[in-house]
Formats: sequence, structure tokens, C-alpha cells
Amino acid sequence: MSTDYRPEELLIATIAGMLDGLDHVAVGASSPIPGAAALLSRARPGGIRHVSMLGSEAHNPFTNGGVELFDCAAQGRIDAFFLGGGQIDGEANINLVGIGDYPKLKVRFPGSFGSAYLYFLVPRVILFREEHTARVLVPKVDFVSAPGTSAPEIDRPGGPYALVTGRCVFDFDKARKRFTLRSVHPGHSAGEIRENTGFDYDAPEAVPETPAPDADTLALIRGRVADEVAETYPAFAERVFGRQRAA
Amino acid sequence: MSDRFTDIDSLAARIPDGAKVALPPDYSGCAMSAVRALINRGARGLHLVGVPSVGLQGDLLIGAGCVSVLETAAVTMDEFGPAPRFTAAVRAGTLKVIDGTCPAIHAGLQAAEKGIPFMPVRGIVGSDLLKYRDDWIVGANPFDDGQSENGGGPIVLVRAIRPDVALFHAPLADRHGNVWVGVRREMMVMAHASKAALVTCEEIYDGNLLADEKLAAGTIPGLYVSAIAEAKQGAWPVGLFGRYPADAAHMKEYVEMARTEEGFATYLDRFVSRRAAAE
Repeated sequence: MSTDYRPEELLIATIAGMLDGLDHVAVGASSPIPGAAALLSRARPGGIRHVSMLGSEAHNPFTNGGVELFDCAAQGRIDAFFLGGGQIDGEANINLVGIGDYPKLKVRFPGSFGSAYLYFLVPRVILFREEHTARVLVPKVDFVSAPGTSAPEIDRPGGPYALVTGRCVFDFDKARKRFTLRSVHPGHSAGEIRENTGFDYDAPEAVPETPAPDADTLALIRGRVADEVAETYPAFAERVFGRQRAA
Repeated sequence: MSDRFTDIDSLAARIPDGAKVALPPDYSGCAMSAVRALINRGARGLHLVGVPSVGLQGDLLIGAGCVSVLETAAVTMDEFGPAPRFTAAVRAGTLKVIDGTCPAIHAGLQAAEKGIPFMPVRGIVGSDLLKYRDDWIVGANPFDDGQSENGGGPIVLVRAIRPDVALFHAPLADRHGNVWVGVRREMMVMAHASKAALVTCEEIYDGNLLADEKLAAGTIPGLYVSAIAEAKQGAWPVGLFGRYPADAAHMKEYVEMARTEEGFATYLDRFVSRRAAAE
């Protein structure tokens, strides 16, 4: 029997699966799906213990202002974090600044946020971008907000772990500076991913399908997780889970 | 009542053209009523510092022509989409953006807070941000003895950031000029690092915030605070932590209207101009 679920629910469950067993996961700006994934992992046995969600009052333990997230990361107290990018390239360089010849940009993105620091210091950075097209996943980014890899003499305990998109999951190999297709989401194909990815990557001959969330996971997502994420992302909770805003 | 207390327009008048003004992000304490007053007084040439990013405050001030330089890690209106006037100003080439990253802005303010010229920050080496920052240099750990695991590599030094003004909105202020910000301590760093802190408050606390042990730890002492104006719903349409959420319908309307210059002018007319405020 197949269970109906929304694409966002598959992404939440997939990312949560990369977090279970960790201690502390932090979530940055504009990250409703990674935020929900962290809350899902925290809500289940064997999941993460601490979530720090930027912009949240109920799910953020910090008492030392904006700097605490960064101090915490520098001390090795954050196990996983999420970064996106207007452009992401095949060496996991990310661009949050814009398209064109900086500073004369044709398209301006919001800015680098904490990426130029957290990408270096958080051991497991999960790259997440729902849009999986050749305009986002490019051969080479126009501007490096944060590099995917660094030379050995650079102080860098952290870096990319995986790239999750609306179509698939890639693993990243730091030594080879290269992505490998790990799984394709149900309803998508390996050929379609090759066609919509601007950079080269490795793929096994038979690509597994990303596992669909089971009924218990879906119930947890639609119940507790939806309630919790609605505090920080009311528009997301309304669109995906039909949660009404508080007056 | 301490002589620090004033009205919103007088508070905004203390920010001269060309001032370097530190502003918090939308999830912290935004002095939106003072930002509207700043637009009404026709401020020009401001150098905004996002601590570490800005949202609606930045977009409004940029759209109204008040800003020449924007130093920030990002401009974001989060769930409401890209900041329309910021994006348009970058495309038109009318705004100088000093692109940074959150911890470097915090570190620059912490250096100013300590009265030291710079602060080391990890990461950043290999980011293109470095190429465009003459106030960031790559240095070396002077204590490196070749033994420590991560002590030998290059480290970025960022110059202290000393704003002329920190402008923010807090839930409480008392008659002694003390201001309560709770755990939103980036506002405390802003106040410490800036030459003057100008504060709007939701409510005046009857008593001394420093005399209450529970509140004192989250309180900025009046010695850092230059002026305070009471402003009920002073963060509107942005939310204020612990008090009220963002006015989502209004934020959506803003993003919609501000897509075009004409739409933005209509927005200013309806929601920002003195006439609008008086209605």
C-alpha cells in the first residue's frame, strides 16, 4: 500500500535521516524544510538532542545574542548545519551573493550570511536547494561565498556532507572534490537528473530510490513538527500543512 | 523622567546624514517607527551596518534614497521573499554594498566594544568576500608553536566596526535610561560598540530594571543609552520577540507593492509619510 505524502515531507524525512544520532543541529535563515527535519529528528527516539533555530523563540536555547551560534560552531559544539545557494557547483562551492561580474551583478541574492564561516567549522554541512535545475547547479559559481574544499594548511574541521534537492540526494567526497548521486526521489529518474544538473558527477549504474517516509514519520511531521515549525515559518506551515496562523 | 526621553521625530533627528548606523535583523528588535521618521526627515547618505543582516528596515531606507553604503551579511525578508528595493538598487548600481559574513560583523563590533583595532575570525580564507574587503586582512597566529592542531594556518583579521549610532527597539526601558533586551544580546553589543545608542521601547517599566535580578542580566545600563522614545507597536510591521509576530498580510503587501518604484512610492505615501502617520 502506498502512502500519499507531499514532496516537502519526503525532503524533511530524508534530511532528518542524516541527522539522527547527532547531538546539536543548528538551522539558519530561510530554512523551513531543514528546520522541520531537525525538529523531526529531535522528536523521535535516537534523534538529535538539541536544535537551535534562527528566528525561533521556542526552539532556540541561545542566551548570548546573534554571536552565540558562531562561537558555538567554533568550539565544535554544532554537529550539523544547512546551507543553500543561488548557485552551487560541482566542487560544492556555494554562491549566495549573485549572478554576474561582482559587484556589477545581473541578479542579486540575499548575501553570504554565516556561510563563509560555518562551512569551515561545522563537520556535517548539508547543502539544500529545492530547485534542481542547470541554472542553480552550475559548472562553476560566479562568486564563491564559501568554498567547498580547502588546502590542507587551512584550518577547516567542517565542510559539505551531502546535497539534497527536490529531485535527488548527492554525497560529497572531499578528497575527490566531487559529488556522487546517492538516490533519486520517487517519480524522478537518473536521466532527468543528468539533464538538469549543470556540473559533472559520478553515479552508480543502478541508482537507488530515496526511501519514502513511513506512516509513523508522516504522522509526526504532520503533528508535532508542523506545530513546532509554524512558530518560525507560518507561511510554510500554512502552505504545506494547512496550519492556520495565530491571530 | 530622565532627560533621555524624547519623541520619535527628535530621536530620528539625532541621526545626521552620512552617519554609520547599526541595525538589527527582523527577528531581533527593529525600531520601525524611527525608521519611518528617518525617511520622513529625508535622511541621506547613511552607511547602514546589518547586525548581522537587515530586513525591512534596510529595504525601506534604501528604497527611500536614504542609504549610500550597506555593510551586511545579507538582506532578507525571510518567508516574504527577496528584498525588492535592495535588489533593484544593486541592479541599478546606486548602492555600494560591503558584503560580509555574520561572524565577521559580530567580531568587528566586539573589537569596538573592547576598544581594540581588530579581531581574528576563523573561516573565510578562500571566500571571494575577502577580495573585496580592504578592512579584512589575512594574518598568522603569533602564538603558533608548530604543535597545535589548527594553530598554524592563515587567519583573517577584521577591522573594528564602530558605528555612530545603534538604532533598535526594545520591549522595556525604565526612567533611568536602562533598556531591557533579554536574550537578544546583539543589541547590547551594538550599544556597547556604537558612539550612541538610540532606542525606542514598547513600554516604560515602572521601577529600575537593574534592581530586579531577573531582568538585570538582560538589561543595557543607561550609561550606554543616549535617547529613548516610547513607541507602542514600534516594531510594526515586523514582529517583536516575546510580544507580537510580524504582520504577515502587511509584509506581503509591502513586498508586492515595492516590486516597482511607483508601487514603492505609493507605499511610502500610504504607510510612511507624515500625512499617513497622522491618519
